[in-house]
Amino acid sequence: MKPFSYARPGDVAEAVREVAAEPNAVFLAGGTNLVDHLKLGVATPDLVVDVRTLTSQEVTDLPDGGLRLGAASTNSEVAADRRVRERYPVLAQALLAGATGQLRNAATTGGNPLQRTRCVYFQDVTTPCNKREPGSGCSAVGGYTRYHAVLGVDAALPDPDAPGTCIATHPSDMAVALAALDAQVQVLGPSGARTLPFTDLHRLPGDDPATDTTLGHGELITAIDLPPLPAGTRSAYRKVRDRASYAFALVSVAAVVTDDGVRLALGGVAHTPWRATRAEELLRGRALTDDVVRAAMDAELAAAQPQPGIDGGNGFKIPLVHRTVVATLRQLTTEAQA
Amino acid sequence: MTDLLEPRAIGQALVRRDGEQKVRGTATYAYETPVENPAFCHPVQATIARGRVTAMDTAAAEALDGVLAVLTPFNAERLASTDDAEYAVLQSPEVAFRGQLIGVVVAETSELAREVADGITVAYAEQPHDSELRTDRPDLYAPEQVNAGHPTDTSEGDVEAAMRSAEVTVDHTYETQMLHNNPIEPHATTALWEPGADVPLTLWDSTQGVHPDRAAVSEVFGLDEQQVRVVCPYVGGGFGSKGNPHANVMLVAMAARALPGRPVKLALTRQQMFFLAGYRTPTIQRLQLAADRRGRLQAIAIDVVEQTSKVKEFAEQTGVPTRMMYASPNRRSTHRLAALDVPIPSWMRAPGECPGMFGPEVALDELAEELGMDPVQLRIVNEPDVDPDTGKPWSSRHLVECLREGAQRFGWSDRGPGRRREGDWFVGYGVASSVYPTMRQATSTANVRFERGRYVAEIGAADLGTGAWTVLPQIAADALGVDVADVEVRIGDTRYPTASVAGGSSGTNTWGSAVSVAAREFRDKFGTDPHDGDEASGDVDQAAMDEDHAAYAFGAQFAEVRVHADTGELRVPRLTGVFACGRIINPRTARSQLIGGMTMGMSMALHENSVFDPRIGQVANHDLAEYHISVNADVQQIEAHWLDEHDPYVNVMGSKGIGEIGITGTAAAVVNAVHHATGVRVRSLPVTLDKMVPGLP
Repeated sequence: MKPFSYARPGDVAEAVREVAAEPNAVFLAGGTNLVDHLKLGVATPDLVVDVRTLTSQEVTDLPDGGLRLGAASTNSEVAADRRVRERYPVLAQALLAGATGQLRNAATTGGNPLQRTRCVYFQDVTTPCNKREPGSGCSAVGGYTRYHAVLGVDAALPDPDAPGTCIATHPSDMAVALAALDAQVQVLGPSGARTLPFTDLHRLPGDDPATDTTLGHGELITAIDLPPLPAGTRSAYRKVRDRASYAFALVSVAAVVTDDGVRLALGGVAHTPWRATRAEELLRGRALTDDVVRAAMDAELAAAQPQPGIDGGNGFKIPLVHRTVVATLRQLTTEAQA
Repeated sequence: MTDLLEPRAIGQALVRRDGEQKVRGTATYAYETPVENPAFCHPVQATIARGRVTAMDTAAAEALDGVLAVLTPFNAERLASTDDAEYAVLQSPEVAFRGQLIGVVVAETSELAREVADGITVAYAEQPHDSELRTDRPDLYAPEQVNAGHPTDTSEGDVEAAMRSAEVTVDHTYETQMLHNNPIEPHATTALWEPGADVPLTLWDSTQGVHPDRAAVSEVFGLDEQQVRVVCPYVGGGFGSKGNPHANVMLVAMAARALPGRPVKLALTRQQMFFLAGYRTPTIQRLQLAADRRGRLQAIAIDVVEQTSKVKEFAEQTGVPTRMMYASPNRRSTHRLAALDVPIPSWMRAPGECPGMFGPEVALDELAEELGMDPVQLRIVNEPDVDPDTGKPWSSRHLVECLREGAQRFGWSDRGPGRRREGDWFVGYGVASSVYPTMRQATSTANVRFERGRYVAEIGAADLGTGAWTVLPQIAADALGVDVADVEVRIGDTRYPTASVAGGSSGTNTWGSAVSVAAREFRDKFGTDPHDGDEASGDVDQAAMDEDHAAYAFGAQFAEVRVHADTGELRVPRLTGVFACGRIINPRTARSQLIGGMTMGMSMALHENSVFDPRIGQVANHDLAEYHISVNADVQQIEAHWLDEHDPYVNVMGSKGIGEIGITGTAAAVVNAVHHATGVRVRSLPVTLDKMVPGLP
């Protein structure tokens, strides 16, 4: 671990100023991911600014009927909130599918969507990784790809030596639900406050795999807003993983079904929580029979690129996420009829 | 024949004597040993899989405040013995596998040691490495013998002829995965070198045997055994990986010798354990079975390919259980090794029997399917009268009784033809046999002394969570004919008499025999009314030893598996094991051993998998977030039962050893149940949902 300075400013504005002023500074909230990275040498900041107690820990009602999740609210608190459970079950389910009770007690609303990939090569500083060390190459291509992307990548075996190559996935469950809910992110930065759609928070690797999000340096998430949902909305989160608990998703599905249509986000398949907009288009106004959903998912996954690798590669994710979407929408439709 | 001890304390479900200290957190483990002013070590590891270190830039590191020593191949002391290449730590700049120790930083804090170690730049002359296990390698070779001294190959009759003429045959290849032991307590040591002292080197080390540990360390450093003390009262799990010391122990001892008078501490990180603490080799097993229509085996053969390290050979005895499990006139077993540029494999819970009861027990299920026969019945009709390997009679063998009682307890008769669906889940039942040899080591000594009205038994035994602290007093009490409350047992220190390793499920059999002999000697010398300070000792070699029988524990495991019809997710709602493993000394600690073994077997079946990346020569998923072990949510109903078995040939306790049998056969039972549930036959572990998806409707 590289030594660093630690600051605990009195308010968010000061925290933002401190991080903005130091190019190699980071925010610390729950620390469930960052502290591991400090120990492993994956993160080597000069300054760590602790914001754990600076933002709101509350879940509050918004005038439009939505909910505001303070950035410092914990995953446990949000998952247990009656309003969240009743109105946004997809979010409560996603939160409870993540990590363990101990980690959920520490992890926060603001921090969870900013956790970094679980790619084993990203986490091992002795192997090349474009995300950790830009330009060093991508060890995951042709390697252990079980937890890697099939969507948002150009080829089945992209050039491992190209500086833009990264086939990592985003590991958060919460973020997949927030993407499906069309959540809004409240941000405070050096040039003031702004709001951005949650679906714009994460980015594909492009030619800069080291950058996971669209936040500028010094920008801090202060809250996440959940927009109101029409009456009769049903939602669910389905996570498929290698063991019954305490494992990252192989694939996951967040589905929100309203009278107007379906909002679908997929986890474990891309560098971002993957909003399945192509499938959503094809499902708009249609009865959600298995055949209709299958056709929509065929279209969504048409560009998917299975990543070969040791231990069988990750091609299984394509049929798996397909089946999981069909099953999840069938479950929501059946429940609605019951 | 041995007259068994009259069981009074034996058979009681006494609570663990060390339980309260462990629950309260006051039990002292190796790294926590309270010492004055300790220094801390962090290893430097090679980041190439083969080649040579040409330079290490340590000057800046050594100049840092708080850095006490930096040892490398270029400045480390020359060891007295490098006969065991695993222990030739920092003796040469050659790199034989990725992650090999090439240095250590000793500093005032563990954080500083780690930072400095990670910052040392190393220049290498790298060479191409070869770390991929395949069956078509031209350089596969037959080792001189396999682990535990078994012959490499055996052959009887003509398997090929039987395969050609038999009515039904099975010929498939099965694979077990690379596995890492991963005890929760890492490999850790506190070491102190005091050159002028009577016992200059003291190691508080997490080990499965203080005396074997001492023997290895004293040889490497050219010390008399009396110059080394090893202390280890508690172990947070070992599963074989602490059965022999690994290179980390030599490294911390070298660090201590570089800082005379100053205690130094080293605990491997979880990631480092994937390179340095041993592992179970992956195995590739070709099974051939030939049978008549009634299921009687005409041939059984296993040909094993597995890996070892070029540095040091370890040949897992995977084919050995096939030699003795079932009757058949034609039999063959072979082992071939690939020596690779990889870390050194070693013991992991039931080496040999654990992977070796996968292929055969799945192949039998495939044979039962071919025959349209109940797999329990198939095993019963192939029950041998005597050990097929040696021709000796069994000391006791109750496999058939285990199968029958297990079937009854589990509700096997409800099994049906398969592919039964309940809601979203396919449900299936599977069975497999378990086996583990009953062993006793040749060397162990115990003292019994009368001290202030109580009996004290001393032996350098190890309790790795198995219950030695608790069961040895039970044995001593019955051997002395006194209440267990009047017996104190002291273990875990080379100051006590020599004890064998806690390995091969032999600890209780060996140490208990020595304690019983010592008790008998004590009574012979001092009668029933001894004086304070009266003392006698006993050796295990004075205990009755039967060479005329084949001694094994047997068992049967039944698994219910559920496979999700949409996603292929796997669950094991029920595992039922019935074992015949001699007399149970303590039902409480025994049940813990058996269900622990079964849980680990389930974890092997479904979850654990060291994914080796041959491009770089290391395990890709080398931490506990990515190397999955079954968690509580995966473990539902696991039951272990045992028969009341009386075996007069094994030892005076009538005990057979229970630490390892629970993990044998479990994975096969799970895989067989998966097939029953889905029709999908998985021949390569672990069974993961991606292997299910193509077979789902």
